Amino acid sequence: MAPRTLFDKIWDSHVVETLPDKTAILYIDRHLVHEVTSPQAFEGLRLSGRRLRHPDATIAVVDHNVPTSDRTQPIAEAESRNQIETLERNVKEFGVPYFPLLSARQGIVHVVGPEQGISLPGMTIVCGDSHTSTHGAMGALAFGIGTSEVEHVMATQTILQKPAKNMKVVVEGQVGPGVTAKDIMLAIIGHIGTAGGTGHVIEFAGSAIRDLDMAGRMTLCNMSIEAGARAGLVAPDETTFEYVRGRPFAPKGEAFDEAVAYWKTLASDEGAHYDRVVELRAEDITPVLTWGTSPETVIPVTGNVPDPAKETDPARRKQMQRMLDYMGLEAGQKIAGTPVDVVFIGSCTNSRIEDLRAAASIAAGRKVAPGVRAMIVPGSGIVKAQAEEEGLDKVFLEAGFEWREAGCSMCLGMNPDRLTPGQRCASTSNRNFEGRQGPGGRTHLLSPAMAAAAAVTGCLTDVRELI
Amino acid sequence: MDKFTVLTGIAAALPEENIDTDKIIPARFLKTTKRSGLGVNAFDSMRYRADGSENPDFVLNQEPYRKAQILITFDNLGCGSSREHAPWALLDFGIRCVIAPSFADIFHNNCFKNGILPIVLPRPVCEQLMADARMGGNARLTIDLPRQVVIRPDGSEVPFEVDPLRKKLLLEGLDDIGQTLQHEKAIETFETERAQAQPWIPRIVLD
Ligand code: SF4
Repeated sequence: MAPRTLFDKIWDSHVVETLPDKTAILYIDRHLVHEVTSPQAFEGLRLSGRRLRHPDATIAVVDHNVPTSDRTQPIAEAESRNQIETLERNVKEFGVPYFPLLSARQGIVHVVGPEQGISLPGMTIVCGDSHTSTHGAMGALAFGIGTSEVEHVMATQTILQKPAKNMKVVVEGQVGPGVTAKDIMLAIIGHIGTAGGTGHVIEFAGSAIRDLDMAGRMTLCNMSIEAGARAGLVAPDETTFEYVRGRPFAPKGEAFDEAVAYWKTLASDEGAHYDRVVELRAEDITPVLTWGTSPETVIPVTGNVPDPAKETDPARRKQMQRMLDYMGLEAGQKIAGTPVDVVFIGSCTNSRIEDLRAAASIAAGRKVAPGVRAMIVPGSGIVKAQAEEEGLDKVFLEAGFEWREAGCSMCLGMNPDRLTPGQRCASTSNRNFEGRQGPGGRTHLLSPAMAAAAAVTGCLTDVRELI
Repeated sequence: MDKFTVLTGIAAALPEENIDTDKIIPARFLKTTKRSGLGVNAFDSMRYRADGSENPDFVLNQEPYRKAQILITFDNLGCGSSREHAPWALLDFGIRCVIAPSFADIFHNNCFKNGILPIVLPRPVCEQLMADARMGGNARLTIDLPRQVVIRPDGSEVPFEVDPLRKKLLLEGLDDIGQTLQHEKAIETFETERAQAQPWIPRIVLD
């Protein structure tokens, strides 16, 4: 057999049937369900009298619009409450396993899946949310789907897909101090653009990737979607296996060994074909952030905001100017030193224990700058409990951060955690579109350490000055 | 799902790149549990001013484009989140066909699944069609899906590509699930074989 990539192998092993036009009926191992993209799918099942084929391959959580403050109180926003109650009725009716709001295992779906050992190497994983790509860090083929597809998976445990193209992003070398997985990924997106991965599944490879822990790999794969890719992947290795071992829903004992033996066969073969290869040197990557309203507007924290006048393409020039106006920035200004109003550390990109440790190491012994609202939103109840066990909550609280309950929170502002017009936010999330974190809000994407640095200095800051 | 065969309608030009799903329908309108009713908030941030009044400069607030059924944009339409509310919002507004030089993958897929035809045409062609669209109410475009051509107001035709399976589903107004369930036997066989080959795959059961 011709050498195959990791993607090819997972794909091939899940094709139920290939239709005449090359569309595959692709088998799905795990379906993750949340309150926002599922109600219309359940409604569809009900209307057509179809059953949910595999509740035992499905897991539901509430995350997108749950409050991250006191949860013993009823949910104040009627529409949020309606979506959550609708999900609770649906999981009951269709027999779907569910982590409710008050469960310690509740959290952002893309944090919960790997954490519980529900997302495993070699699997196909889908969820009605584009950042499903996160689970690719496990060495699983994971992608976001729309609500019609959610219904399709519920009814058939498959989806209809054409194979993606293979792309490899190689990062060799060792990153410098203060440079994290987030910086690597933002640098990649800045390099290839938000359409750079369109139609492709990106496999991340190279020594700088191998050196990342699972949380870092999840950050990378999470934002593959911002690079336009269908999914991101990292080949499973010892780091992966050690991470999976002992997780609640992972195979145990002999079954685990059998699984590992299989997972070891998944890595791309020598000489496998990639349609596109991009290479970056780890040493060239510095702490970065975004200045505009597209994730590709990446500059080093030591850099300056670009000048639209120097852009030759008129459409792009206009767009840059619009971004500058929206973001309240001047062409050519230094980005460091720009004052922030809000700091948000959370989201499925950066809300794992490793992310909180990184932020805490900067926050420790310092104080949130006057006038800045800084919030920490752990990715799950488990992450929160772990952080509290390590005393990170105290570090944050003493520094003046808010310590909140798990959920998507200000990543998309569907719950009360929202920016107000004109507010500038240093955010560890993944999207900086206009109004993403609240109407008129201005988002700078950056790493948890950089976000913490912004919190304690009150402005966008090179984290290396604080380590 | 409504059938899509031949559509003759008003086209609106939105000459921008990277119109993301947040622009098509901002996240704060995603709290519905039904598919309908999102049309009033389609393109909310462009369509309404801060005080909630209509922005008269925005094309879909102008006659005859309030009744547009076809939308023409530049590259990477529908990038951003996978929310299907984006095609629902377009559909509820009345849009049945979107034309752009390129689309974001998920959005492209979601359009088909909801009976909207996404057509990829090179940018210069999109620019021509935009010029047609700007001619106003009498300048209707016709999208002939069976023949795979866009017919311009001057009668000239622009051919386009469409995936044959997608085309069939649109023409028949068929949903994907019904299609796939015709292969249910194959799904069962797959499940049995895999349970034997990889018995370690855990089932998710809560106690
Ligand atoms: S944290 Fe943000 S990006 Fe992640 S699932 Fe929630 S809303 Fe989506």
